[in-house]
Amino acid sequence: MKLYDGGKILIGLLVFVAFATFPFYYNFGTVNAKPEPKTDTPEIVKYQQEHNGKKECVESKEWMRGEHMQLLNQWRDSVVRDYNRGYISNTNHNRFDMSLQNGCMKCHSSKKKFCDECHNYMAVKPFCWDCHIAPKEDEKS
Amino acid sequence: MSMDRRQFLKITGISSILGLGTSIASATNLITGKQLLPPQVDRNKEALTAKRWAMVVDMSKFKTDEDFNKVFTACHTNHNVPDFRKPDGSPDRKFEVKWIWKAAYERAFPGQDNKYMSEHMKDMPFIVACNHCDNPACVRVCPTKATYKLPDGITMQDMHRCIGCRFCMAACPYGARSFNWVDPRTAPNLKADLPNREYPTRTKGVVEKCTFCSERLSVGKMPACVEAAPKGGLIFGDIEDPNSEVRKIVTSQLTIRRKPDLGTGPAIYYIVGGGDHA
Repeated sequence: MKLYDGGKILIGLLVFVAFATFPFYYNFGTVNAKPEPKTDTPEIVKYQQEHNGKKECVESKEWMRGEHMQLLNQWRDSVVRDYNRGYISNTNHNRFDMSLQNGCMKCHSSKKKFCDECHNYMAVKPFCWDCHIAPKEDEKS
Repeated sequence: MSMDRRQFLKITGISSILGLGTSIASATNLITGKQLLPPQVDRNKEALTAKRWAMVVDMSKFKTDEDFNKVFTACHTNHNVPDFRKPDGSPDRKFEVKWIWKAAYERAFPGQDNKYMSEHMKDMPFIVACNHCDNPACVRVCPTKATYKLPDGITMQDMHRCIGCRFCMAACPYGARSFNWVDPRTAPNLKADLPNREYPTRTKGVVEKCTFCSERLSVGKMPACVEAAPKGGLIFGDIEDPNSEVRKIVTSQLTIRRKPDLGTGPAIYYIVGGGDHA
């Protein structure tokens, strides 16, 4: 089999492969630290001291990692459309205020450590904070 | 392996049925979310409830500019409403966002004036806001159901769903809706700090308006304007309840509503005249 214009094609292919794989070798060797979201805000530390080190919130940590987006969507529809503002946890049967700004973030008061840590790593940009107000944080922390 | 036609059809038939079954099963699993149980939710116990919220505005109770401004400020600071200014400090009407404001009689009640009416009456300021109509034009035109009726009569909006098409603004006969042409957080009154950190702002490209303070009602508080108004100036309550104050006023006195002939069924009733402004 004869390859017509073989030189041009091979050069073209090389250029294409170089471009297509650019992101891989560009980031090769750079340290990609795993995200380490933290929930050690003063509010939570205080809560745990008062409740014998109890570590539970709306639902279990593992479940929340996977499902918090759907949960927040359910909360939104429930609050905005049905006036329901209380959520009864499936794991511990406590009642929580269904509010991102006045619920979650009251304890998880560090948006950087609680939200951005993973969202930045995964390059997801939810638009929660275009409207909702994040808690005030010290610039240095 | 050789296979006759009949055998081939049998096998493909059975396997396609099996395939269909599993794909349906997995699809329903995806949709329902296998771990996401239907949420158990409830209302706040302290929430104020009604069959039909309504407001009576008694203009005779508003005497000074301060009486008006207190109401507007209470509402607009409570809801982080941006206040855009021109370089010379005057309000920038181009980017104006308003939930509650004042309009002259002539403009608030067109068709209900006459040529012998005093200039004083024609220019008399009235407090106006979203009328939370029974049959709101804005809800009818909204293509995304971002604005909708709550069962207690409030015309509510879900900012998450608003696509900024502004059909509702064109539809509303009361001009009660404002569009966010720019990010509201760039407004001078919101830039440094937000007046109410418990309530969200809006974002660029959504329409907003008065919500009868549904977020305050659900924690047992009266609307911000009602609290800030002079005593008896703004009366808020359940008009379907025969013992409520609003109902008693509307039954016993002559009240008017804005543009009732349009058939929208506004829920803000005005007591005109009486006292100094007659």
